[in-house]
Amino acid sequence: MAAAEKRLPVAKTYKIFIGGKFPRTESGRYFALEDHKGAVIANMCRSSRKDFRNSVVAARQAQSGWAAASAYLRGQIIYRIAEILEGRKAQFVEELMLQGNALRAAEREVEESIDRLIYYAGWADKYQQLFSAVNPVNSSHFNFSVLEPTGVVSMIAPNDSGLIGLVSNIASVIVGGNTCIVLASEEQPLCAVSFAEVLQASDVPSGVVNILTGFRSELTEQFASHMDVNAVVYCDGGKKAARTIQTLAADNIKRVISRQRVNWMLSKSASPYEIRDTQEVKTTWHPIGT
Amino acid sequence: MSLTAVKTPNRMPDLGRVAAVDEVGVDERVARFQSRSIKKASKVEALKMVLGMIDLTTLEGQDTPGKVRQLCQKAIHLHDAMPGLPHVAAVCVYPTMVGIAKEALQGHDINIASVATAFPSGMSSREVKLDETRMAVAAGATEIDMVISRGAFLAGQYAHVFDEIVAVKEACGDARLKVILETGELGTLDRVRSASVLAMHAGADFIKTSTGKIQPAATMQVTLVMLQAIKDYYRETGRMVGMKPAGGISNAKLAVHYLVMLRETLGAAWMTPEWFRFGASSLANDALMQLMKQSTGVYQSADYFSKD
Amino acid sequence: MAIPENKLAFDGGWNYAPAPESTDHIVVKKRYGLFINGDFRAPEKGRYFDTLNPANEEKLSRVAMASQTDVDKAVKAARKAYTGPWSRMKAKERGKYIFRIARMIQERAREFAVIESLDGGKPIRESRDVDVPLAAAHFFYYAGWADKLEYAFPGRKAKALGVAGQVIPWNFPLLMASWKIAPALACGNTVVLKPAETTPLTALKLAEVIADAGLPDGVVNIVTGAGDTGAAIVTHPGVDKVAFTGSTNVGRIIQKALAGTNKKYTLELGGKAANIIFADAAIDQAVEGIVNGIFFNQGHVCCAGSRLLVQESVADEVIEKLKDRMETLIVGDPLDKNTDIGAINSRMQLEKIESYLKIGQSEGGEMHQSSCSLPKSGYWCRPTIFTGVSQSSRVVQEEIFGPVLAIQTFRTYDEALTKANNTPYGLSGGVWTDKGSKIFKMTQGIRAGVIWANTFNKFDPTSPFGGYKESGMGREGGLHGLGAYVKLEA
Repeated sequence: MAAAEKRLPVAKTYKIFIGGKFPRTESGRYFALEDHKGAVIANMCRSSRKDFRNSVVAARQAQSGWAAASAYLRGQIIYRIAEILEGRKAQFVEELMLQGNALRAAEREVEESIDRLIYYAGWADKYQQLFSAVNPVNSSHFNFSVLEPTGVVSMIAPNDSGLIGLVSNIASVIVGGNTCIVLASEEQPLCAVSFAEVLQASDVPSGVVNILTGFRSELTEQFASHMDVNAVVYCDGGKKAARTIQTLAADNIKRVISRQRVNWMLSKSASPYEIRDTQEVKTTWHPIGT
Repeated sequence: MSLTAVKTPNRMPDLGRVAAVDEVGVDERVARFQSRSIKKASKVEALKMVLGMIDLTTLEGQDTPGKVRQLCQKAIHLHDAMPGLPHVAAVCVYPTMVGIAKEALQGHDINIASVATAFPSGMSSREVKLDETRMAVAAGATEIDMVISRGAFLAGQYAHVFDEIVAVKEACGDARLKVILETGELGTLDRVRSASVLAMHAGADFIKTSTGKIQPAATMQVTLVMLQAIKDYYRETGRMVGMKPAGGISNAKLAVHYLVMLRETLGAAWMTPEWFRFGASSLANDALMQLMKQSTGVYQSADYFSKD
Repeated sequence: MAIPENKLAFDGGWNYAPAPESTDHIVVKKRYGLFINGDFRAPEKGRYFDTLNPANEEKLSRVAMASQTDVDKAVKAARKAYTGPWSRMKAKERGKYIFRIARMIQERAREFAVIESLDGGKPIRESRDVDVPLAAAHFFYYAGWADKLEYAFPGRKAKALGVAGQVIPWNFPLLMASWKIAPALACGNTVVLKPAETTPLTALKLAEVIADAGLPDGVVNIVTGAGDTGAAIVTHPGVDKVAFTGSTNVGRIIQKALAGTNKKYTLELGGKAANIIFADAAIDQAVEGIVNGIFFNQGHVCCAGSRLLVQESVADEVIEKLKDRMETLIVGDPLDKNTDIGAINSRMQLEKIESYLKIGQSEGGEMHQSSCSLPKSGYWCRPTIFTGVSQSSRVVQEEIFGPVLAIQTFRTYDEALTKANNTPYGLSGGVWTDKGSKIFKMTQGIRAGVIWANTFNKFDPTSPFGGYKESGMGREGGLHGLGAYVKLEA
C-alpha cells in the first residue's frame, strides 16, 4: 500500500459578526493571534470605530423587534443556542485548547457555557414576575411597575475568559430584550467568532448580538461614548479604563455596569440581578371607577 | 353589465355612536379564519369565485394604451387552456385610459372601473375631483373608485369628507361608487370603522380598503372591521353595500381565506362579484396555477401562465 | 331601537369540503399497562377497560384498571425515586430533564394532537393549536424554575414535599397532565398521576416521552383507572401532596377524606362564570368572546363563560349577532380541520347536558340552538342558548359542562356585579367594556380567581389560575403555582 499523503487542513478566516452577517473589518487591519510557542493561530480582525458604528446601527434596528418578541419566544431561542452549542462542543474545546487551556478545563468551560445559556433561557419568562410590582397607592388607581429593556448595550467581554464570560454576559443582556455589541477577549478571541456562528444558526434575529474582535486600547472609548448606546457593560480593565468609560458614558447618561474580577465559571456569577442591571422600570397609573 | 346604483337619502351619521373595535379580538377572529382548511371541490369552487371577483388593475404612471389593451386581453382570456373559467369582474385603470379599455372590452360583459378624485392622494380641489369623475364616466366607466380625503378625516372634518362623497356619488350618475378609505393611513381599527360608517351613509355602493400605493394595503383585520360595519349598516337601513380589499393579496390561498371571512360574516348574499371584489393584478395567475394543480395533481410553474 | 328584519343567511352556497387530518402516522397500542418505575407493566388483577372515540363510539385501545396494590407499587416507586436519585440530583440537572420533555412534546406535537382528539372528542384544530403547544410551554416554563427556587420565596428556603398524588379530568387531558407534572418535578417532587377514565391515551403517550427523556425510574408514574383508583391515590399514606382537578362534588369528598391527615392539597373544581357585556363594549369582539367562552371545547371548560350578563340597551343586538355567529359554527368530526365544536366526551356527559336542556325549558326558559347538521353516530350537542331565565333558574345556577349558555340582562354596574358574585362558585369571570377604569373596578369587585377583560379563556404558563369559594383553592401556573409543591422553611 502506498504511503498515506498528509491532507492539508483548510485554515479558517475569523471575521466579525454584524447584523447577522460576517464581514471583514472595514479597516482591513488585523492582529495575529499566537499560541504559547509563538506560532500564528489566526489573523483576527482589528475592528475599527466604523465597525462599531455599523454594529450600533444594526443593534438599534433589531432592538424593538427583539423586545416585542414574547418572553416565551426569547427563552426558546436562547435554549436553542444551547442546543446548537452542545452540538459544536468539540470545536469549542479545540479552540480553547489552541488558546492555551487544558483539555479538562476547556471541556468544563464549554459545558458550563451551555448550562449557563439554559439557566438564562429559563429566566426569560420569570424575571418580570420577580421584579415587577402592583403598587398599593393611596388613591383610586391601579398602579403597576414593570421592567423594560434599556435598549442597546455595548459590552467589553472579560479578557481572561475564552467563552464562559462572553456567553454569560450576552445571555443576561439579551434575555431581557436588549441588543448588544460585544468586544471579544483580546487574549482569547476565537470562540467569540465561532459563537457568532452558533448564534446565526439558532434563530437569533440579525443584529441582536454583534461581535467584534480588536484592541481595547482602540475601541473602549467608542464603546463608552456612542450617543445611541443606552448602557455599557465592562468586565475587567484597570482603574484608568474605568474612569475613561465612566466619564465618556456621562454624555448621554449611559447606564454603566462594571463586572470586575468575576469567576464566571461559578454558578453564583449568574442570577436574575445580572438581567436587572440592563432593565428600566416603567410605572403606569389608571383610575379605578365606573 | 351595469348595475343601477341604489339611491339613498344622505344623513351625516353620529360617529360618536360607532362601536369600539378591539384590535386583539379582531386578530384572534382573523386567526380562526386563517385556520380554515379549504380542500377539494370547495377549493376549486372558491378559486373560481376568486377569479370572478377580481378587478384586474393597472394604475401606473407609466401606463400606455398598449399596456391597457394587453390587460384587457388578459381580462377576457384568463387561461384559454382551461375551459369553464369565469372572466374577471372588472378592469381598473386611470381616467385617461378608460376609453382605451372600453374599446378593448367591446362586446364583453366586464366592468370598467376608473379611479378618480386625484387618486391616490386625494389632495386636490372639489371641482377637479368632480370634473375627473364626470370625465371618467363620460368615457365609459361603469364604476368609479374614489379616495376619501384622509387629511380632512384625521383632522376631524367629517362633514367635509361626507359632503365630498355625496357630491362624487351624484357625479357618478349610473356608475357604481367605490369609496377608498386608505386604511393604511387611518391608523386604528376604530377609525376604519368610523370611516366605513361615514362612507356608507354618504351613499357608497362599495367600501374599499386601499389605493394599493402605500403599505400596509389590505389586511384581513381591516377587512373584517369593514365587513362588520357593512353588516350593521344593512341591519339598520336594509341597504346592501359591497366590499373590496385591494393591494397585497397576491396569493390565492390568502384570497380564499378572505372568502371564508366573507361567508362567515355576511353570508351567502354577498358572495358574488356584485358585492365583493379583489383589487389585484398577480392574484389571477396564482389562482389559475392553483386550479391547474387541483385538476392535474402537480404543482405548477409561472412560466405556463401569461403575464400581460 | 328595534332590529329590522334584514336577516343574513349563512347556509346555502359555498360549503367547506371535509378536510380530515391524517392519522396514518400515529401509534396507539392495542393495550396499555401501567407506567410504574419506568416501565409499562400489567395490572395486578389483570383488569382492563376500553377507551372509546366519542365521535363514533369505536374502541381505540384498552387500558389497565389499577387496583389498590398497583397504586401501592406506584407510590413506592415514587418514594424510592424521591429519596434516591431525584432529591440527590443537582437542581439544574432536574431542570434539564424537564426541558427535554418539553422539547419532545414539541417534536411529537402532531401525534399528540391527533390522539387527544380521537380519545376525547375535541376538534383537531384546538388540540393542535392550543392544547399541545400549551402543554409543551408548561413544561418549558417550569423547567426553568428548578434551579431558581431560592428567588421565588423571599426569606424562605423552598424544599420539596415528597410524593405528589395527582388526579386530572377529561376536558384537557394532556394539558392538565402538564399543569400537574411540570411544577411538581420542578420543585423536586415525584409523581403518581391518574388520567381520567375516558381520556387516558395522551397521558400514556406522555409516559413514553418521559421514558425516552431518560427521567430516572419512578420519578413519574402514570396509573390508569376510575374513581376507585383515584381514591386510592388520594388517600394513600405514602402521598405527601394531593392535586385534584374535577367536579366540586368530588373535590368535597377528597377534602373530607384528607381531613386529619397532614397532606397538603390543592383543588381546582367547577365554575359558573359570568361573562359581562357593557353597552360600551367592542360589541363584535365581545360576541366572539361569548363564543370562545362557552362553545369552544364543547363547553367542557371549568372556567367557561356559561352565564352571559348583557346590559339591556345592547341585549337585542348582542343576541342577534350571537345567533348569527352560532350558525357559522361547525359541529362534527373532531379530526376534520374545520370542525369548531367536537364530540361530547361521553354518553354520560351528553345525557347530563340533555337533562339540563329539558330542565331549562321546563323552568320557562326559551331555548335556541343553531341549525347545523350532526353526524349520525357519536355524542353531539348543538350550541345552545337560553333566554328568559334568571338567577333562580337551575340552568343559571348549576354547572352544565356543555355548549349551553344562560343569558340574562342587567341595567347597572352594581346589578351586574351582584349577579356575577351571586353563586357558590368563583373560578373566573369576563368583563367587556371599552372603559379602562370600569375594567379595574369590576376586577376589584368580582370574587373569582381569574378575570378576563375584553378577552376570554386565555391561558399561559406564567399566569396563575385557580378559584375562589367552591371553585377550589390553590393556584396553578406562574410564580404562584410553585407554592403548592414546596414546603417553606425559615
